[in-house]
Amino acid sequence: MEAFEPTIIAFVCNWCTYTAADLAGTARMVQSPRLRLVRMMCTGMVDPKYVIKALLSGADGVLISGCHPGDCHYINGNYKARRRVKLLNEILTGFGFDERRLKLTWVGASEGNEFAATVNRMVEDIRALGPSEAAAVQAL
Amino acid sequence: MPSVARLPVENGNPVRAMQELLRRLLAEDDIVGVFAPRQPPAKGAVMPSLITDPEALASVDPASPSFPVNAAQQVARLTRGDLDGKLIAVLRPCELRAFTELVKLNQGSLQNLIIVGADCHGAFDNDGFRAFMESNGGKPGIDNSADFLRRVSAGEFTAAANGGPALARACRACEHPAPEHADLTIGLFGQDTSRDVLLIPGTAQGEALVSRLGLATSGSGAGRDEALTRIRAERTAYRDAMFEETRAATATPAKLAEYLAACVGCYNCRAACPVCYCRECVFLTDVFAHEPWQYLGWARQKGALRMPTDTLFFHLTRMAHMSLSCVGCGQCSNACPNDIGVMELFRTVAARTQSAFDYEAGRNPDEKPPLTVFHQKEFAEVTGGHD
Repeated sequence: MEAFEPTIIAFVCNWCTYTAADLAGTARMVQSPRLRLVRMMCTGMVDPKYVIKALLSGADGVLISGCHPGDCHYINGNYKARRRVKLLNEILTGFGFDERRLKLTWVGASEGNEFAATVNRMVEDIRALGPSEAAAVQAL
Repeated sequence: MPSVARLPVENGNPVRAMQELLRRLLAEDDIVGVFAPRQPPAKGAVMPSLITDPEALASVDPASPSFPVNAAQQVARLTRGDLDGKLIAVLRPCELRAFTELVKLNQGSLQNLIIVGADCHGAFDNDGFRAFMESNGGKPGIDNSADFLRRVSAGEFTAAANGGPALARACRACEHPAPEHADLTIGLFGQDTSRDVLLIPGTAQGEALVSRLGLATSGSGAGRDEALTRIRAERTAYRDAMFEETRAATATPAKLAEYLAACVGCYNCRAACPVCYCRECVFLTDVFAHEPWQYLGWARQKGALRMPTDTLFFHLTRMAHMSLSCVGCGQCSNACPNDIGVMELFRTVAARTQSAFDYEAGRNPDEKPPLTVFHQKEFAEVTGGHD
């Protein structure tokens, strides 16, 4: 049997973390290829549905990453994202999802190294956790 | 403690005393109508109605154990504009709490509204109500309700003893039996409702009304607080056992799928939910009109795909949308055609989410819904300690 390799969906904001991801790439930093990036205009527009859909559709983890507090291009989208992640964590952990599967981080546009480190750390964590608790469910 | 008035009850039927109160209120110049549950002309469920003719008040029945709909959405509808006067709304505690949530979401308004709440012994679900009516010998509706009050005060209907009807589980688990922040509360707990009921003003508007009506006020409502404390304790214990049972039954995604296995995606729970606030539900849009190749792809992932799809997705999304505003009225379970314990599930989740934000749906009209506000420093655990 092949070793488990996690699939992680990442929703990253255009202004900070996506730019950092771009920087990490152009600087040829070593990153796990297990992450699928979805570029959003702001973490404040990451609808809880996106996270739920990802986890039900086979993602083993979801990363949401945006600007540091105070740096949001839209003033306060990241604060709203934080409340939504808090809400989602309360809901999902009640049904046995490990809370480490949903992660919110702040990675600024210049922090390419921090982005690569975040990706590698999360892939390690989820690899250790194993496949999503939803993997066995045939109902979406 | 505001002073409390007593409404005398004649012929042993407290529903008539409530009707008399509403008749006197409707006679006031600035009152344009009464919104209250009303017995149907023939058999059937008691439905909220908007009443302008005092004659029609003779079939109003705030004490009925029939609860086919949470009226919060309907009251909200009546308060979205000007009315040329004040409207009296007679609501159950859970209807009032749900309406309060809608007010916070700017879907209703407390202006032009006088809220009359009544102590709530609970209600039957639709099946239970039919069973109760049959067991009570087909009396006219209002007499049935007086019987119900007498029997429920004596401790009946709290369990399905001897195969008889029991109150809805939502009501047995409801720790909010008394209206919160109503202008006027009709106090039933701990009272001999065949003699009189209490009228308790809860706001300045309520106090003004009581004095305008010239009702004599006298001290406090003897016995009500004690009865309320006892009922709350019983229901809280029942609720906590229900939470425990539901948590165990849905402890993994696979168990949750099993719990919801009978869901046919009718969305009745959504339609019946008083705090499902989206004007257009995303689950009714083309977002979920998947292409055949998409279904095939999902089936190939796991070898088989349960259809209709999006069952877990629907319920989890609804939890993300409305669990913070869930008042536990139980209409979702009442509306489910396949007897899924929707109320049990959503209340269990709501207890978690509301406590995470130190929030309680319907508690205070001035509180902001948690997802509409934020603080700069909070929930550092979400981002691993970085804020």
